[in-house]
Amino acid sequence: MKVLRHLGVDVTFPENQTCCGQIGFNGGYRAEAADIARHFIDVFESEEHVVVPSGSCASMIKVYYPQLFADDPEMQERAMAIGERTHELTDFIVNVLGVTDVGASFRGLVTYHDACHLLRELGISEEPRSLIQNVRGVELQEMAKSDGCCGFGGLFAVKFPEISEAILGDKLENIADSGAQTLVASDCGCLMHMRGALRRSGSSVRPLHIAELLAEGIDDSAPQRR
Amino acid sequence: MAEVKTRQFKSASAKAIRDPQIQRALGAPFAHFTEGRADIIAADFGDESWEAMRDQAAAIKSHTIERLDYYLDLAEKMVRRNGGHVHFADDADHANRIVVEIAKRNNVKTVIKSKSMVSEEMGINDRLESEGMEPVETDLGEYIIQLAKETPFHIIAPAVHKSKEQVSALFEKWIKSTPTDDIEKLCGIARDVLREKFAEADMGISGANFVVAETGTVVLVTNEGNGRMTTSAPRVHVAIAGMEKLLPALEDVALFLRLLPRSATGQRITSYNTFVSGPRAGSDEDGPEEFHLIFVDNGRMRLLKDEVMREALQCIRCGACLNHCPVYRKVGGHAYGWVYSGPIGAVITPVMTDAKEAKDLPYASTLCGACRDVCPVKIDLPRLLLHLRHRSVEGGESERSSTWAERLLMRRWHNAMKTRQALEGSSRLGRLLQRPISRKGYIKKLPAPIVSGWTKSRDFPALADRPFRVRWREDLDQQAGG
Repeated sequence: MKVLRHLGVDVTFPENQTCCGQIGFNGGYRAEAADIARHFIDVFESEEHVVVPSGSCASMIKVYYPQLFADDPEMQERAMAIGERTHELTDFIVNVLGVTDVGASFRGLVTYHDACHLLRELGISEEPRSLIQNVRGVELQEMAKSDGCCGFGGLFAVKFPEISEAILGDKLENIADSGAQTLVASDCGCLMHMRGALRRSGSSVRPLHIAELLAEGIDDSAPQRR
Repeated sequence: MAEVKTRQFKSASAKAIRDPQIQRALGAPFAHFTEGRADIIAADFGDESWEAMRDQAAAIKSHTIERLDYYLDLAEKMVRRNGGHVHFADDADHANRIVVEIAKRNNVKTVIKSKSMVSEEMGINDRLESEGMEPVETDLGEYIIQLAKETPFHIIAPAVHKSKEQVSALFEKWIKSTPTDDIEKLCGIARDVLREKFAEADMGISGANFVVAETGTVVLVTNEGNGRMTTSAPRVHVAIAGMEKLLPALEDVALFLRLLPRSATGQRITSYNTFVSGPRAGSDEDGPEEFHLIFVDNGRMRLLKDEVMREALQCIRCGACLNHCPVYRKVGGHAYGWVYSGPIGAVITPVMTDAKEAKDLPYASTLCGACRDVCPVKIDLPRLLLHLRHRSVEGGESERSSTWAERLLMRRWHNAMKTRQALEGSSRLGRLLQRPISRKGYIKKLPAPIVSGWTKSRDFPALADRPFRVRWREDLDQQAGG
């Protein structure tokens, strides 16, 4: 909110919103997911742009809604229309607003985790990196296999905790080896997963959503007019 | 028939994760495959041309699969014209009967085999043994797992999970060799045994990487040369192919020979590419007197009948999806419980075997999409997994993977997300319930079934005392007031 307002965007939060439906969809509960997706489309359809701070939610809307409504041409058309106006946060800032420097400042070595759906469903990897690199005081230190899955996978993490933990273990090792003290990602699922493990293991690495990083040090009393 | 142990996915995968040798094996050799693949594609083609080749390969495969009847007929006609015999087997048992019948008619004692995944489905070795014949695998990896009485750990590297010490111990036990940890010596030991078998075998069984319909040619891609020996030395050659292995024309093979080794092992080309079009003929100085090609269904028609799942028949068994799968790279091949593992195994096993027994497989993926990105024939594996999950939820009690607790959780989620009021109500209830178990914004131990798996090694974030929507409302009120 702070970042978008700072960039001169008129932001609203439709209070009737709930969920994109991905949890149900990925679990195989298509009818339930379609229900939730219909609600999402009803709530957001009148908006000019929909900005989503999570790669996998954005991919649900942009990539999977049209599949979900494959048998319902009318809903599918509505889904595709809203999909075109839906953007993950960094995609929106860089590709819609045309901004790569939001004016933030933050001290430290930062490493970036490519969330699977953001990277492989939506093809977004340069956008967050350029935003991070333009934060004053930040040095971006790539970890090995930044594009490797963190082992979250929604229900997967609780259905197969041993496998999920083992995959996560590799991720945490790569994060630690990067030497960065801050871990940034643009997906709430991956972040919740990695944050939970970092916290449990007593790691000093601080996980941040990219929106949190970009909000550091910007003066929200003076929106930059574009 | 190969034994189906898909039900044990959870326990077998947990066991594999605790096995240091398996974890070692899943590390370096696989990094070698994945890095080799990326390097050679970048060096030879670049992303754009590679993408175009994948598109073309996917188009050829899907064209062939849509017209499978036509190409099967054509292949049959051409093989017959070349002097070979063609058989069609409905299932593994049928295919075994055909092989045994050919072997008996030819008075076969020793059978040599080159690598074939479809023969793993059939469990042909057990069958030949029970008929009093001696089957010998001649691919080194297959030979090792034959001695160990195991199934392949990987489509193209069946014994990658074995250490050299384990291999030495197997050789010592079964062929009385002197123990050694020198890999070259181990290869030498196997070579000595296999040379003899090549010379004495009456029948060779091979698989088929491709079957060219217009010429009736079986194409074999190997690195050890054993495929060529198997198909040329013995009196009788039986090639076994899944019915999806067809390619329309000889010129199509060139494209697939570029895609397959690069995707599989990061090689430009394998050491041997063998083209077999029937038995010895005319002035040929060698080659088998009899050539048989068996097309095996064994569940493939069930894939074909499902318009979504059909795509899985495009698979050329390169193993790239296994190599790049974060789940396979932790649990290895045996956890999947049948012949095929990794993403492609999770997709085809429930359809080719019994969905009720393989309930966990469609869920054994984080849907990260790495498999789809590396598939040389562009199979959208995550989409197929999602399709199977949907089928399992719709499919009634017996096919469901979910426990009652999971269904309850999904029902709760569905109800809570229907409207804003429901969500806010659930959120209030959640904040109330979490009070006794949360500290400093986190929960260390979730008490409910299903979700308790999370907190074995990870803290779970508690719901914020003041949710975003409350803060948003206050912010709006403040702006209106100020």
